[in-house]
Amino acid sequence: MALGSLSKKKGSKSSKGPPKKKQKGDLFTEKRPEKADLSDDSDVSNEEVEELENFDEDSGSELLSGDVDPLADDFLQGSDDEEENSGSDSAAGSDGSDSDSEVSDIERKSRALDERRAREEKDAEDELQTNIAEESDEFWLPTEEELEAEANRPPDLQNLQRRIQEIVRVLSNFKDLRQEGAKRKDYIEQLKMDLSSYYGYNDFLIGVLIEMFPVNELLELINAFEKPRPICLRTNTLKARRRDLAEVLLKRGVNLDPLSKWSKVGLVVYDSQVPIGATPEYMAGLYMLQSANSFLPVMALAPQEKERIVDMAAAPGGKTTYVAALMKNTGIIYANEMKEPRLKSLTANLNRMGVTNTIVCNYDGRELPKVLGLNSVDRVLLDAPCSGTGVISKDESVKTSKSLEDIEKSAQLQKQLILNAIDMVDANSKSGGYIVYSTCSMMIAENEAVVDYALKKRNVKVVPCGLDFGRPGYTRFREYRFHPSLDKTRRFYPHVHNMDGFFVAKLKKVSNSLPTAAAAEAVQSTEQAPLSSEKDVESVEEAPLSSVEDAVEGSVRPSKEDSNKKNNPGRIKREHQNGNGAPKPAADKRRERKFPFRKEVPRRTEIIKAREEKRQALRGTKRKGEGSK
Amino acid sequence: MRPLDEAETTVVFEKLLKFTGNNLKNIVESPAHEGPDPNPGRYCFRLQKNRVYYVSEALVKRATNISRKNLVAMGTCVGRFTHGGKFHLTVQCLGLLAANAKHKVWLKPTSEMSFLYGNHVLKGGLGRITDGIQPGDGVVVFSMSDVPLGFGNAAKSTQDCRKLDPNGIVVHHQSDIGEYLRMEDDL
Repeated sequence: MALGSLSKKKGSKSSKGPPKKKQKGDLFTEKRPEKADLSDDSDVSNEEVEELENFDEDSGSELLSGDVDPLADDFLQGSDDEEENSGSDSAAGSDGSDSDSEVSDIERKSRALDERRAREEKDAEDELQTNIAEESDEFWLPTEEELEAEANRPPDLQNLQRRIQEIVRVLSNFKDLRQEGAKRKDYIEQLKMDLSSYYGYNDFLIGVLIEMFPVNELLELINAFEKPRPICLRTNTLKARRRDLAEVLLKRGVNLDPLSKWSKVGLVVYDSQVPIGATPEYMAGLYMLQSANSFLPVMALAPQEKERIVDMAAAPGGKTTYVAALMKNTGIIYANEMKEPRLKSLTANLNRMGVTNTIVCNYDGRELPKVLGLNSVDRVLLDAPCSGTGVISKDESVKTSKSLEDIEKSAQLQKQLILNAIDMVDANSKSGGYIVYSTCSMMIAENEAVVDYALKKRNVKVVPCGLDFGRPGYTRFREYRFHPSLDKTRRFYPHVHNMDGFFVAKLKKVSNSLPTAAAAEAVQSTEQAPLSSEKDVESVEEAPLSSVEDAVEGSVRPSKEDSNKKNNPGRIKREHQNGNGAPKPAADKRRERKFPFRKEVPRRTEIIKAREEKRQALRGTKRKGEGSK
Repeated sequence: MRPLDEAETTVVFEKLLKFTGNNLKNIVESPAHEGPDPNPGRYCFRLQKNRVYYVSEALVKRATNISRKNLVAMGTCVGRFTHGGKFHLTVQCLGLLAANAKHKVWLKPTSEMSFLYGNHVLKGGLGRITDGIQPGDGVVVFSMSDVPLGFGNAAKSTQDCRKLDPNGIVVHHQSDIGEYLRMEDDL
């Protein structure tokens, strides 16, 4: 029976496995009463006990010394070994005892052996626990002396990698595996340091990534960044069909496949005997080398024929040529690029692919509305210049060169660009009125925050992009709270979708007028607080009501009117009034003008009077109470 | 951006005529499908920074917003005027030429790459050739799968080509699509 438990592990005497389990339970309950029996055991069993105890100590010491190379596997194997060793001994012992004693003796001895077994196992478990505790001790020690020592030595990559894996394991099951007194923060700090030294990131970037992803996913993401994404190409539908192009390329010796089911023009190249960017078909403009994520904003934009489109950051022209292909060379595209050196590749690509409906200009994106006119085009594609944190697999320098200031500068530029993009679009266009904003970055400050800013400053709303296979964007993150419609934006990750990190948002312009009234009313509830504190009671009471409504309904005026209808019929009148006087910038004027026209004023003052009376009543009772005392 | 004046227009049309012959009127008078307007205008030539562009009228109207310093390109580039006032056709007009070419030459697959590196077309690489070519005519070069590869000047007439030895030049190379990779900066 003692053998049985061992056989489970060795696999040699498998028949005794199941009955042994029951026995174990019995053993544990019977342990105490049987202890007395042990002292009565015969010499043989005593010897066995001694041997087993010796083995306990030996294997125990083995384990303790085993901490020097503390791999999780080691101590598990150690305890296995210990049990096997003791098992083999007890096997030898029990054989001897069987041959000598009678049945009752055998029983007693076997019971003793079982007890011994149980005690050993308990000891083994305790050792396991202490070893785990000592394991997590490993993560502590580095913070003090060992870290200094490590800093002096060249980095031991294997050590780092092992420690990273261990910390991830502990963090994934923190309650059970943590060490006493170790806070989650300490583990994360150590993980940050290890990740940045093993993979070569700077502190800022690692800190941001740790905040955004759970630890397991973070490892996957970082590993995905280490490998390049597969090369993709897009068939130029102006000149060829995907099937024909695939045939021709296969004949040349290129190993390719259709990209995915969401694209009818994409091909992914696994390997090729000829340089894929120098085939005669490439030079004839039959396809364009483009990464898979660059297809997405154009698919979201969905340009129709005979529309006016602006591409605000067009170089090197992959997306512009895709737009032209979708439009079949009808309509007009304004391709703008700020940096002069990149213009050459843009024009070359346009000419190569046979695009004839494009005008290329060289402006700063922020000047474009002045040149092209406000409210003049149907759709705008803004693939904004960003920090590039999503394409680390293409450009490793991003790991170390980006800091908080870089991100903030990018974010500011993007906010200006997106407002200009929105201003160019004509909300009343028959078939359009859309803006697509995309970046190849994963930072919240460059993605959701920019879209949220646009929602506050202009009359736009987020609409679904038509790309169902991405992850929805964040509607809240740490201390930020974004508009709830931001979950219609899409994020793409290398470890999930096998394309570079990307973000796409599609906005529809609702009205051409600027929402100054909306801003004053309380889309920005933060601005409300200081304003309202200066004003009358009425304005204070108005603020929370309207801010709540706005947060729920969004910055679109028509829906706000609907929601207001239920309690304030007077508000609509005021809306119209405000609509006429829309361009007035001063929020103060707006506030003062509101009051005379609002029919709700009487209702509000009634409420206020009621409350005042209540308060008086309360104070009256209070004084009475005090007076009585 | 300005329209071409008399002298410039004649020069450009002469060059185009060499390649297209009677089809020139196709180029000049075809209805344009670009531009968001419902009724198609026509195409016209415009000069911007010494480059001649072939654009539809709708585009031209809208490009007037853009200041001269900032306008880079429109429609299709046809060629450029050199410092000395001569006009050269560039490879970007290949699509236009290929659609309206009078004289064509097809290359064997083995000699495609040679032409794309800028070499002349030799008799040995010739697959097919249209009849009626005179020396000095403009010829558009295709691959056997009808992909336009470039254009050049005929060196011999079609009859003479038949008698030529395999290393004889049939077409002098002028421009080819390999220039997109070789000379991207010069385009």
